[in-house]
Amino acid sequence: MKKFSKLVSLAAASAMVLSMAGCGSNAGSSDTFKIGGIGPITGGAAIYGESVMNGCQLAVDEINEAGGINGVKIEFNFQDDEHDAEKAVNAYNTLKDWNVQMLIGCVTSTPCIAVTEKSNADNVFQITPSGSAVKCTQYDNGFQVCFSDPNQGAASAQYIGENNLASKVAVIYDSSDVYSTGIYQSFVSGAESQPFEIVSAEAFTADSKTDFSVQLQKAQDAGADLVFLPIYYQESALILTQANAMGYAPNWFSCDGMDGILGVDNFDTTLAEGVMLLTPYAADSTDELSSKFTQAYIAKYGETPIQFAADGYDAVYILKAALEKSGAKPSDSASAICDGLKSAMTQITVDGVTGAGMTWAATGEVNKAPMAVVIKDGAYAAMQ
Amino acid sequence: MSFISYLINGISLGSVYALIALGYTMVYGIAKMLNFAHGDVIMIGAFTTYTVCSIAGLPPVLGVLVAVVFCTLLGMLIERVAYKPLRKAASPLAVLITAIGVSYFLQNIALLIFGANAKSFTSIVTLESVKLAGGQITVTGETIVTIVVCIIIMILLTLFINKTKAGQAMLAVSEDKGAAQLMGINVDATIALTFAIGSALASIAGVLLCSAYPQLTPYTGSMPGIKAFVAAVFGGIGSIPGAFIGGILLGVIEIFGKAYISSQMADAIVFAVLILVLLVKPTGLLGKNIQEKV
Repeated sequence: MKKFSKLVSLAAASAMVLSMAGCGSNAGSSDTFKIGGIGPITGGAAIYGESVMNGCQLAVDEINEAGGINGVKIEFNFQDDEHDAEKAVNAYNTLKDWNVQMLIGCVTSTPCIAVTEKSNADNVFQITPSGSAVKCTQYDNGFQVCFSDPNQGAASAQYIGENNLASKVAVIYDSSDVYSTGIYQSFVSGAESQPFEIVSAEAFTADSKTDFSVQLQKAQDAGADLVFLPIYYQESALILTQANAMGYAPNWFSCDGMDGILGVDNFDTTLAEGVMLLTPYAADSTDELSSKFTQAYIAKYGETPIQFAADGYDAVYILKAALEKSGAKPSDSASAICDGLKSAMTQITVDGVTGAGMTWAATGEVNKAPMAVVIKDGAYAAMQ
Repeated sequence: MSFISYLINGISLGSVYALIALGYTMVYGIAKMLNFAHGDVIMIGAFTTYTVCSIAGLPPVLGVLVAVVFCTLLGMLIERVAYKPLRKAASPLAVLITAIGVSYFLQNIALLIFGANAKSFTSIVTLESVKLAGGQITVTGETIVTIVVCIIIMILLTLFINKTKAGQAMLAVSEDKGAAQLMGINVDATIALTFAIGSALASIAGVLLCSAYPQLTPYTGSMPGIKAFVAAVFGGIGSIPGAFIGGILLGVIEIFGKAYISSQMADAIVFAVLILVLLVKPTGLLGKNIQEKV
């Protein structure tokens, strides 16, 4: 037993020495920018994390091939968080051990908020491609590529009102999810000044999301001619199927969480025909930047990118623009780079795949125009 | 009119819970262990059918058959590898923890093979929906089939346990393992048979669950599994008619809670009812009162 404990302490001591050696050798002496990414690449939200990771990697490869940022190459390291706040913090710690200098992440809101607490304490620059909750940018080191939830909710209400899409609207949202409730609340306040009326607002939770018959029945009984779904596409696919089974055919309107519905394996896409959604990116866009990105992505990964891939791709190019503006060097500490980027972000204007002329306020919120698409013949088409 | 359609939706949801609860309660009643991996066997059953029908394009009947056979073997394998070695362990907690481990193991295996993307499940039920009251109420074919299947299985299971030798052996094992062994019953074989039947039921439940709520992910089985466990406790764990009644009631309470009280509070209401029932009748609705002899 004594021998064993000696062995353990020896192992522990050598591990400590090794890890300290790791710190000493890397800090400040590398010649690449170390960008870390965090998102779910396994678990229920894996499609988002994978897409962001692929989008980022595509941008990193392009930049490195073209000679890097001011001649400095990028190293990219993406860690899995399984859409779980605790695991996201672990992933962040792993990246810290790797001496990360800038962070792209997290992909989803709840883990993102957890990580902002850590990154703010360490003063590490963080840009989330797709975490849309307001609290994702609660500190001055956090920025967003996508719209914030209030933005999406208010924009949806405005879009429905201005285009006279409905007079009676029902909402089905996930009360256990910060993304969904955030959009729901801003939609309700945005709807007050619009010519339509919210006739039913029903919730579900992460623990009871197989049966939507009650929510749909209530929407139908209230005479809703449009149902607003500020939720993710998995539940949306079920809702569309169940509505179809009960013979209820309202118009459907949704936000960026609906993006991905056409990619559900074996899903009868005719059910999604006519679904409208607000999204900053459409794969069939003819805009030059977007089509170049879409083609490169398909060539590399063999599938059509969703909005999250575009968000990830843009995040890397936004970082590039901000790094060039701030003149950061790879030998700078993460904290020094972060201070430079904070002011650089408010000065740059980036034309990206998810929007032209994107600018940022010091609060971290992005300023760009939303775009509505409608699903037509199994693909996104621009709304007229 | 909406009251009736809520009721039908509740029975529809409840019959799926009941079907899952049958397997839970049977394994508990005989092997005296909570098989938390039951929900994940359901998921594996659904994925098997999905692979056979939607990917390989074979007819649904074949899909169900393959799923039943596959899950039966899987259930026996799990019992042999993960539970049997622990049957004589000092603490009954050991096997419970192992069951949770098996549950995660199955989820991760499915994640590895099929990925995290949700898949739409093509219903294997071809029965048309029935319209009542001039088209105001729709009863889907899936609901009808699930209820009928559930009742048939309940009757067959009761007959099997009460009328056959193997069933009597199961009853004996559930009463007293040691005494059963002395009477010449092969306890290990009997428990293996229990798992085989329980897992076969799970695969059928999986196929019907995904036909009624057509979406499939590696986590599909876990929440219905937990609700079905609640249903089994509700009806009196170990009791086969209890599982059926518990499942149906749970579904109806859940839907009524959503419809008339609050859609956010559905689960809280379900569990509040469970607590009330257990306070009044600790063994569940149809549970047997077991007198401790000193």
